[in-house]
Amino acid sequence: MALKARDAAIEGEAARQGFAEIVKQAAFAALVTLGLCIPLLAIRTDQSLNNQLVLVPRWDAVAIACGLVFLGRIALAYVGRAGSLTGGTTARFHAAGAARPVGKARLASFLRTALLGFVVAFPFIAIWGVGWQGSIKWIDNFGVQILIYVMLGWGLNIVVGLAGLLDLGYVAFYAVGAYSYALLAKNFGLSFWLLLPLSGILAAFWGVLLGFPVLRLRGDYLAIVTLAFGEIIRLVLINWVDFSNGYAGIGGIPRPTFFGIPFNASDDGFAARFGLEFTPLYRTIFLYYVILALALLTAIVTIRLRRLPIGRAWEALREDEIACRALGIDTVNTKLTAFALGAMFGGFAGAFFAARQGFISPESFTFIESALILWIVVLGGMGSQIGVAIAAVVMIGGTELLRELDFLKAVFGQDFDPAQYRMLIFGLAGVMMIRWKPRGLVSTREPTVFLRERKAVSVDLVKEGHG
Amino acid sequence: MVMQAASGALAAVSGGRMELFVQQLINGLTLGSIYGLIAIGYTMVFGIIGMVNFAHGDVFMIGSFIALITFVWLSSVLGESAVILSLFIVLVVAMVLTSLWNWTIERVAYRPLRGSFRLAPLISAIGMSIFLANLVQVTQGPRNKPVPPLLTQTITVIDSPVYAVTISYKQIAIMLVTAVLLALFWYLVQRTPLGRAQRACEQDRRMAALLGVDVDRTISITFVMGAALAAVAGVMYMVYYGVVNFNDGFVPGVKAFTAAVLGGIGSLPGAVIGGLLIGLIEVFWSAYFSTDYKDVAAFSILAIVLVFLPSGLLGRPDVEKV
Repeated sequence: MALKARDAAIEGEAARQGFAEIVKQAAFAALVTLGLCIPLLAIRTDQSLNNQLVLVPRWDAVAIACGLVFLGRIALAYVGRAGSLTGGTTARFHAAGAARPVGKARLASFLRTALLGFVVAFPFIAIWGVGWQGSIKWIDNFGVQILIYVMLGWGLNIVVGLAGLLDLGYVAFYAVGAYSYALLAKNFGLSFWLLLPLSGILAAFWGVLLGFPVLRLRGDYLAIVTLAFGEIIRLVLINWVDFSNGYAGIGGIPRPTFFGIPFNASDDGFAARFGLEFTPLYRTIFLYYVILALALLTAIVTIRLRRLPIGRAWEALREDEIACRALGIDTVNTKLTAFALGAMFGGFAGAFFAARQGFISPESFTFIESALILWIVVLGGMGSQIGVAIAAVVMIGGTELLRELDFLKAVFGQDFDPAQYRMLIFGLAGVMMIRWKPRGLVSTREPTVFLRERKAVSVDLVKEGHG
Repeated sequence: MVMQAASGALAAVSGGRMELFVQQLINGLTLGSIYGLIAIGYTMVFGIIGMVNFAHGDVFMIGSFIALITFVWLSSVLGESAVILSLFIVLVVAMVLTSLWNWTIERVAYRPLRGSFRLAPLISAIGMSIFLANLVQVTQGPRNKPVPPLLTQTITVIDSPVYAVTISYKQIAIMLVTAVLLALFWYLVQRTPLGRAQRACEQDRRMAALLGVDVDRTISITFVMGAALAAVAGVMYMVYYGVVNFNDGFVPGVKAFTAAVLGGIGSLPGAVIGGLLIGLIEVFWSAYFSTDYKDVAAFSILAIVLVFLPSGLLGRPDVEKV
């Protein structure tokens, strides 16, 4: 009895000490937060009428921030993740080192079919759910917007996920596609269906042009050079006003037609020809299916290519470039194909974007866009098609949803604009994600070539991202 | 800058070619000093953990904002006249608080990723960069923040009838502070136990740990030192341009990174030489060609150097072990 009581007492003591330790750490974290907040959050600089800066103190916000960090740190300690906060150079071992057989293949294929069915039926589900008027927003802001990023994600996935070349300037090819369509359609009156492949080809050409000099670089340096190229293209678009109209951008870009029939209220417009009442919804639905088809094309081409020698060469290159060279793989051609194909799909997406918006400017092609697409690929698990699609839905759908959260205004006051916090949350999410799920959502690999039995491999066993 | 370049171009037409050159040299060296100070942060971090600290440009921007707020507060307390004293206090405050920022960033965003796949810290740093820029945008607003012109007195260096070459007090202060800090850091890295630990970690982290060097602590201190120099650059940037903006981290950051690569990444004197070169190139480009394309020039130099001279001017060539 006595012994048991003593054990319990010791245990209680240990728990109390643990708690004291946690509170101490949390207090330290809160103190650090206070230090970080002191000028930036605590004092706001506002311009007065005679253009002088006046200081507006905001100590309540600092108190809230410190309190949140304090509580968050305690919560974190109890979730058990705290180890990584205090952990040092020792790498955390990720579980699932062993291979696991693919038993859930049937379930996965069922899910894939169901998902595809949902995506195809989405415009009609939206109309059924929120009516004709309300559905435009859902189909356009959510459906079309997400699918553009799914397509861009899949395109970049060829470069980053399959070939293992970290590209921070992908948005450049998106811009090339968009400007190709905008300029050629406006100046020469060519049709969308002709310019779509042409934009892709032009983007692929730029992919080869920019890819060629950087082939010998690897890892971080490659990332920075591609970033530099992306920025150069954007800066040229800004400064070369005669060509691209600079900051002002290009407006009045011809919209795509239904194989020659325009979507407008005129007598030979789509609605009149088919005996329907005119509504802008038809164009939106049409655009939705165009981008869906383009995205599926990207996916199918990628899946087929993975089974071809070139696809295998990409994945081999990602794992070990030196071994590839030793085995006689032409690394120059392999990398260039990846760059060109990725760029081509970016170009398609760009042409579609220009046609959908009707207006483009260099503002749409900033580095943030590249980072966003890269995020989608990384969060998706680098190489997993379905993972990239899910990541695009989460990132783009999530940020679009943020615009809808009007009830937050009731909580934080009228001048609170949730959309303002979009990029803030996005940056933070990127840091958190790479920390807690460095391998992305779908972190297993299914080999395309296998001996006897197909096994999924944990990505921790492959050293992708090395080259 | 733009105005100086324009008046410079005017002078070139009327014959003061030599004077224009000297004036641009002075401007370029001032700008280069700022880039050099930021570049040291890149080069030290890359040297020790082999990572491109993408958020470093934004740490510099945070430094300039801390300086701005502290300066405005001090001038309301001490009065407008005590500029030298307030700038000195601003320098110290900015160094301390910016270091705290970078220490926290390393702790939260990079340290847990050590041992993860190689590009994980780069991706985390990009997220951090976006987070920091938008944090300042949300807390301080998106508009340019002006400060009254400081240390505007000038000394005339060459007094020719067509074009008087001048150097302002702030330019002298910037170059002087840079030189003093460089000497200090050079001493710190070359002559103290701390610097020895840093150089040991740079060569072989595991071996250094086995020999009793606290690797985590050394890396933290490296980040703190880089941030302190970036904060100094931030103060100078505020004084020199008289305006700060939440977006100011990205382009100077890329230019400073270019400087670090040009000088040979991992090399401290290389970073400074690279910074001065980039500053000079930018200023001369603006003066003799066009200001529109000066950022294109910076990015092009970055690409060219990375492709054709990846080990830089003073760097060691990176030998790949199989």
